[in-house]
Amino acid sequence: MGTHEVSMTVNGESRSGSVESRTLLSTFLRENLRLTGTHIGCDTSQCGACVVHVNGESIKSCTLFAVQADGQDVKTIEGVADGETLHTMQQAFKDNHGLQCGYCTPGMIMAALDIVRRIPDPTEKQVREELEGNMCRCTGYHNIVKSILAGAEAMRS
Amino acid sequence: MYEFEYHRAGNVGEAVDLLSKSSDGQYLAGGMSLVPTLKLRLARHEDLIDLNGAGELAGVSAAGGSVTVGAMTRHEAVADSADVQKAIPALAALAGGIGDPHVRHRGTIGGSIANNDPAADYPAAVLGLGATVHTNKREISADDFFTGLFETALDEGEIITKVVFPAPDVACYIKFPNPASRFAIVGSFVSKKGDDVRVAITGAGPGVFRVAEMEAALKANFAADAVANIKVSPDGLNADIHGSAEYRAHLLTVLSKRAVAGCG
Repeated sequence: MGTHEVSMTVNGESRSGSVESRTLLSTFLRENLRLTGTHIGCDTSQCGACVVHVNGESIKSCTLFAVQADGQDVKTIEGVADGETLHTMQQAFKDNHGLQCGYCTPGMIMAALDIVRRIPDPTEKQVREELEGNMCRCTGYHNIVKSILAGAEAMRS
Repeated sequence: MYEFEYHRAGNVGEAVDLLSKSSDGQYLAGGMSLVPTLKLRLARHEDLIDLNGAGELAGVSAAGGSVTVGAMTRHEAVADSADVQKAIPALAALAGGIGDPHVRHRGTIGGSIANNDPAADYPAAVLGLGATVHTNKREISADDFFTGLFETALDEGEIITKVVFPAPDVACYIKFPNPASRFAIVGSFVSKKGDDVRVAITGAGPGVFRVAEMEAALKANFAADAVANIKVSPDGLNADIHGSAEYRAHLLTVLSKRAVAGCG
């Protein structure tokens, strides 16, 4: 089976590499680019730990082939903060104890930013519904929801 | 995942050509079912033909009392479409309730109905609204399209290009979702257009199906009470860890009642 040369914009920088057809975007990000903030929490496309943005929309990077992201604009958790300054949403997670073990957090933050993109002023019910695709095995949803509501509010002001 | 060769098709003709050259090819739409299936080695293909580059297959339009949804239109685009929300709000609501936001950003109507998962939402809308499935070769009525468990009337290599939904007078879809996946444990799509009434059930059986007895009762009296006492036999219905066949048979009536009530 052949390999494919892929090039994409990742966190604003042009990145390229050689992948197999079956290489998942999550694998390319973690193993080729060493961007290990994108986590793999399951093998079944259910947990959402691998959520990144492609062309501005949240997707599960474990359910897209790297070759499909060729030429696309990808944003991972590493591209969210401004240098040492946390993004407003990251700060909200920190302030509201929105993480326990932290494994699901990168996916939660990327999902949260996508929620705010679509729904700038979400209700608690909307946040809970929108988190359908992101699992927290610590079951720390209460503070995750609190963090997203606080982050959304801070992003509006 | 087993190895395969990836091909990107720029249009329908190219996709058909690429597939015809493969000994065991498979079209790739949104990939929200296919990719997880490949990851678990539940499927193996020599070639995947990616339809995501075929821009002609995506888009929504409404005209002349019907809504046309291109096969590669994402669930999110259908849910957010002002045309769909106006002409068939039940269809927009159904699309907005599929899976989760990340799935809705990638998943497509063509992929969903070609896969014909027995618990998928879209087959209920296609059958419940009496839609017509257009392919690169022909037009297939919803009643002829879904033929069984993960089976459709599509021939080898045939590609769905769009689905045309006649706008009903009223329609409503109610599902009892699996709390983990949001697939329908049972879902009921009820629509009324003139004297015609359709009740399409997903999740309960090996594939989406209509309930003739409920449709007849609703034609005589379009009210929730008309279906309240109509029971469907659990024989042949799905049974798994999420619910027995008897439970699904019970849900089917309850949800159909709610769907009729939801038609307002």
